[in-house]
Amino acid sequence: MRLRLAALVPLVFCLTALGALFTPTQADETPAPSPAASASAGATSSPPDADYYIAVQLLDSSKKAADGTSGVPVPDVKLTVVDDAKADVGSSVTDAEGRVYIPIDGGGKYTVELDEDSLPDGVKLSGSASTTKTVQVFLEGATNVQFQIGVTAVKATPFLTEFSQAMFNGIKYGLIIALAGLGLSLVFGTTGLTNFAHGELITFGAIAAYVFNRGFGLPVIIAGILAVVASAALGWIQDKGLWGPLRKRGTGLIAMMIVSIGLALLVRSLFQYFFGGSTRTYSEYVAQGPNKIGSLRIADKELAIVGIAIIVIVVTCILLARTRLGKAMRAVADNPALAASSGMRVDSVITAVWVLGTALTGLSGVLYAVDKQVSFVMGFKILLLVFAAVTLGGLGTIWGAILGSLIIGIVDEVGPVFGVPASIKDVGPLLVLVLILLVRPQGLLGKAQRIG
Amino acid sequence: MDFGNIIDAALSQALGPQAIVFALAAIGLNIHFGYTGLLNFGQSGFMAIAGFGLAVSVVRFDLPFFVGVLIALVTPVLLALVLGVPTLRLRADYLAIVTIASSEILRLILGAVEFKDVFGGSNGLTGFVRPFQDLNPYSGPLDLGIVSWSRSDLWSLTVGWILVALGCLLVWALMRSPWGRILRSIREDEDAVRSLGKNVFSYKLQALILGGVFGGLAGLFHVLKQGSAVPTDFNTTFTFYAYAALLVGGAARVLGPVVGSIIFWFLVAGLGELFDQLTDGSGVNLPTWLMTDTQASLVRFIVLGLGLMLLMIFRPQGIFGDRREIAIDAR
Repeated sequence: MRLRLAALVPLVFCLTALGALFTPTQADETPAPSPAASASAGATSSPPDADYYIAVQLLDSSKKAADGTSGVPVPDVKLTVVDDAKADVGSSVTDAEGRVYIPIDGGGKYTVELDEDSLPDGVKLSGSASTTKTVQVFLEGATNVQFQIGVTAVKATPFLTEFSQAMFNGIKYGLIIALAGLGLSLVFGTTGLTNFAHGELITFGAIAAYVFNRGFGLPVIIAGILAVVASAALGWIQDKGLWGPLRKRGTGLIAMMIVSIGLALLVRSLFQYFFGGSTRTYSEYVAQGPNKIGSLRIADKELAIVGIAIIVIVVTCILLARTRLGKAMRAVADNPALAASSGMRVDSVITAVWVLGTALTGLSGVLYAVDKQVSFVMGFKILLLVFAAVTLGGLGTIWGAILGSLIIGIVDEVGPVFGVPASIKDVGPLLVLVLILLVRPQGLLGKAQRIG
Repeated sequence: MDFGNIIDAALSQALGPQAIVFALAAIGLNIHFGYTGLLNFGQSGFMAIAGFGLAVSVVRFDLPFFVGVLIALVTPVLLALVLGVPTLRLRADYLAIVTIASSEILRLILGAVEFKDVFGGSNGLTGFVRPFQDLNPYSGPLDLGIVSWSRSDLWSLTVGWILVALGCLLVWALMRSPWGRILRSIREDEDAVRSLGKNVFSYKLQALILGGVFGGLAGLFHVLKQGSAVPTDFNTTFTFYAYAALLVGGAARVLGPVVGSIIFWFLVAGLGELFDQLTDGSGVNLPTWLMTDTQASLVRFIVLGLGLMLLMIFRPQGIFGDRREIAIDAR
């Protein structure tokens, strides 16, 4: 049973964005009549004696026949020929070679109808998927009519398999969002800035790793580590060069928010200017064959992404809870004035928060790019989900950001299993956000007094 | 290098239909943000719901054109109620997040292939502007030497600028009334207004509805001058650009959004044309290692982003604004 479940998983993969990773291995899964069997059955038919006839051969081109030619015959499919006046001319059933010959009365216009119900399970018409073909018959002998047969054998995947695969993808996506969300939440907590340029920090991590990887020829892992370091440096530069001076000038939070909108536009356009509008990939870990784990199919890189994300999040939380700097960060987030009067250097703490937050966000970009691809809008595209995650969990709370991210990631990926159309699956998390804000405006883990 | 062309392109856009769309949307944002201090980041959602309100009712339900226009003006009110009732009691950034999320939800649903039968998928809907074009009194295009518009643009311009003028007049009248003074005091200090016995929530909701209707007008005008309603026209970036236009002109000023939109489009179109000419391979050209023709179209966005940042840092009141009269320092 388990084997069979596992055998069906590739079909799920076909339906997901991971289709690129998929190597076709299902040739042995759907029972196909071998030529030997059909020969012994002796069911092959030969062209009829009639002057005019219509010939159809149905081949399932998604599979390879035993002799290496592509396409296995599809037997026992009923085909009917109808003439111009809609009168039935004749019907027949395909033989073991998938052939059928239907005699007709002479030249003219005929319509060939394929009875879809008689197709074997899992075989579907592809292309236009039309079950009727109209032909003009001019010559004596055979007039060939072609039906394209399905590249994909769509079988119902057991709900549980589909669900658990979506859960895994959701957790992976949620963890990537959580890293970025932690960065956003840390910065928001200490400075109150709603940073619309946060998406570009995600992209920065991914593009920096791309430059180290493709530009300098470093392995992806080292390039990723360097990209995180570069992100941390960017965080420092950003705080020293932009946000710090703005704080000292006493610029209001809404003004800073609009500055961040401008910064986002500037940086995103710069990325597009230098990186181009295309999506690109790193040199390694692009298409990795999935491993079977139970009924799941998980590529090594996905396990690595989940592992790295969990370790980094746990370490960050421990750092925030235990170290002096972590405590200082939380103190500043709680009450900057009190923290300052207790002798903390609030500005240095905020700089440290920017460095940590941007590094985490850069890492999330690297992981996201390893999972998918690099593009100049990748961060902008998931920015709203990061916002949703952080708000859902409670603005400025660390655990809230993580919890919110996991919920958002899972809702996003699991939604399609429950019939949410894939093209609008991002609507799910946003709706969850709006609904939760209605019931519990401070977010799941937020403190009630913050919202007033 | 042809400066005539650059000026032509810049002026045609600055006074053209696209600037009107921005001006209308920014007038709405001015009511929200400039006068009341509400952070609406979903103006494109109001535009989308109005534009598609017209398109769907005419194309799918075969309703008369003017009934469609009426529906297009009612739908933003409904959206404002849905968004405002739950969030206007909360801190300002909650409205921002809910509006931005809802405008994305609308855009995704309107463009979804699953709802193609109703909203037309990513291609949107067409074929509903006939009655609008039939009213066109002009007989030919207009060419004034430095600017030129086609016949249908000319008609859109006439209607659009009249709408903008009426909008400005309305805002001017409202904002000097007691009602407008309450909005401005809400922006300054909500609690003070509350202590005077005013229902702050109700005033905020009214402001959200009024600004939303202006957003709806912008969407309506957009689909009319475009001849089609396309979901991707109503993305979040549009809202940000409209904010940029508003802030260039100056928030909390009656003419701020209008002047801002004109300047915004003058710069965007002018820069676009300038760098187009600098990279088109004839005349004076930038070296290609510095800029190719695909990169040229991005320069205006780089300038726009940088400009928005610098404006907000050094002159947050915009060109006409009064520094004392902006909600920029409120939380």
